[in-house]
Amino acid sequence: MNYMQSFIEASESLLANKMRSGLTVLGIIIGVAAVIAILAIGNGTQQSILGEIQGVGTNLLFVTPGGSEDVSNPKPLTLADAVALADPFSAPSIDGVAPVLNGRVEMNYAGENKSTTLVGVTPGYATVRNVGLSEGQFISDTDFSGRSAVVLLGTEVAEGLFGRKSGLVGEKVRIEGQPFRVIGVLEEKGGSAMGSEDDQILVPMTTAQTRLLQRATPNEVDVIYVQAVNSEAVPQASLEISQILSSRHRIMIGEEDFSILSQQDFLDLASTITGVLTIFLGGIAAISLLVGGIGIMNIMLVSVVERTREIGLRKALGARRIDILSQFLIESSLLSLIGGFIGILLGWGLSVIVEQIAAGSGTPIVPVMSLDAVLLAVLFSAAIGIFFGLYPANRASKLEPVEALRYE
Amino acid sequence: MNDYIVDANNLTKVFTMGDVEVHALRGLSVQIKRGEVVSIMGPSGSGKSTLMNILGCLDRPTSGEYCLDGESVANLKDEQLASIRNRKVGFVFQMFNLLPRSTALTNVELPLRYSPPNGRKRREQAKEALEGVGLGDRIGHRPNELSGGQQQRVAIARALVTDPAIVMADEPTGNLDSKSGDEIMELLLRMNQEHGTTLIIVTHDPEIAEHTQRVIHIRDGVVAEQ
Repeated sequence: MNYMQSFIEASESLLANKMRSGLTVLGIIIGVAAVIAILAIGNGTQQSILGEIQGVGTNLLFVTPGGSEDVSNPKPLTLADAVALADPFSAPSIDGVAPVLNGRVEMNYAGENKSTTLVGVTPGYATVRNVGLSEGQFISDTDFSGRSAVVLLGTEVAEGLFGRKSGLVGEKVRIEGQPFRVIGVLEEKGGSAMGSEDDQILVPMTTAQTRLLQRATPNEVDVIYVQAVNSEAVPQASLEISQILSSRHRIMIGEEDFSILSQQDFLDLASTITGVLTIFLGGIAAISLLVGGIGIMNIMLVSVVERTREIGLRKALGARRIDILSQFLIESSLLSLIGGFIGILLGWGLSVIVEQIAAGSGTPIVPVMSLDAVLLAVLFSAAIGIFFGLYPANRASKLEPVEALRYE
Repeated sequence: MNDYIVDANNLTKVFTMGDVEVHALRGLSVQIKRGEVVSIMGPSGSGKSTLMNILGCLDRPTSGEYCLDGESVANLKDEQLASIRNRKVGFVFQMFNLLPRSTALTNVELPLRYSPPNGRKRREQAKEALEGVGLGDRIGHRPNELSGGQQQRVAIARALVTDPAIVMADEPTGNLDSKSGDEIMELLLRMNQEHGTTLIIVTHDPEIAEHTQRVIHIRDGVVAEQ
């Protein structure tokens, strides 16, 4: 067999019907482009979400009050709970603990008003949540025990009140009407899937409890962030938290009045959601690829009928069934491969456009063109060409030379 | 081994059209010597097309024996018949049957594509065959750029390029004016003399038949007279 010759011949016969071949290829192009673009954007979204979650640290656990619904007399989490969790003897897998108190507050400075999220924190918060400062220093033990009226500003808050992000240490602001001294500015983090961390202010938890966010139970906290010693220790840490809190709250295991979530839980959830979305959209795109394949089959069938005499002639000159079969298969797979290649380029272009649009609207997605997806598309389109070309090609190869030669 | 390149004995062919059986050949026997020029004549429906298809290995007889160039071919499978056609039979059709989009050279090369590689370059072989029919300066032309006579010459070059044992020509001059027709007949006869190719011409035209050494008349599926 002379493959080069077959290839040239197939291209010639496809070029002879440029319009028809072009439209047939278009079906495949659209299908492949859709599949490629959706997979690339899906992967990109997944990676950017997972990256954000991982950026927070995979050894982080969240303890929140409220657990299974039918717990009688649920107790809130308190500062004492946090202190108990920090005990290295009863909880060896736990590295750091950071209880926080959250609330919305009104701030003002020189007539500028801004509503923002206030987070009451302990000095240990900085290490557990990996908080960096662009200037100033973090809340100290003295600030904490002395209930100091000091505040750390997120960049968005600083921008809103002062119109600048630096040179703010020592400035005085009012929170809910009370004067606070700015001791630092938080490092800019940018937007994230879990809300902007730049639009918040940090104050000592003791200050927040007494002056800003009064709660029913003394020393009540909203969330306790727990840092495990490493990401492998997360399940063990979760177990230790459960045991310590259960005994402190005097409840049985399984009837907790608190919930423990690890970063892994968020990661799993996020990958499940984005994975399902990608498969769902990819499935829809694959249907268009299928339709493109049917287009190829249709055109090949027409082509077989049109070229009946040619097939008869070739058979008379000694072509075997396999020769005719491969001739038509090469044509159909050439159609789908060309479509596949153009489709990959177009799909890539589409995902770049989506990237631009996403970047413009403030949610950066970097489309990930994995080699897998490209190989998959190429193989899939070739397979479609062969699969949908097989029936027409087989039909052509079965023609009787005598009948085919006589065909008008 | 005998001297006959075509040795067909007692050929029958039955077509079934619905419930009706049509006997196209009824025990026909024909022998043709190596290098002979023979024409087959007969009215339509006489079975001469069926005979030509069988002799050209395009079709199998329902019963009977057929030896082509010493090989028994009556009971071969499709793939084996294809190989026999490729190696031993050249076809010249009334409608030329050239590939319209391919050049003269590619058309002549076509049968070589289906034969095993044979040392010599196909392209050279095809070029020689075209030069042999006097179209050495037309190798790059497509069929629609050639006259009818020239197209038929390309077809003859295609039939001869594999150096076949027999050439079957089905009304080779039927679509040509008389001048081109005469030229084609001359060419065919010259090829017979130069290469010793056995030539079987199926025709209606008594004038064509006159050019041949022997005329086989077919009537109702048997040989009427020779």
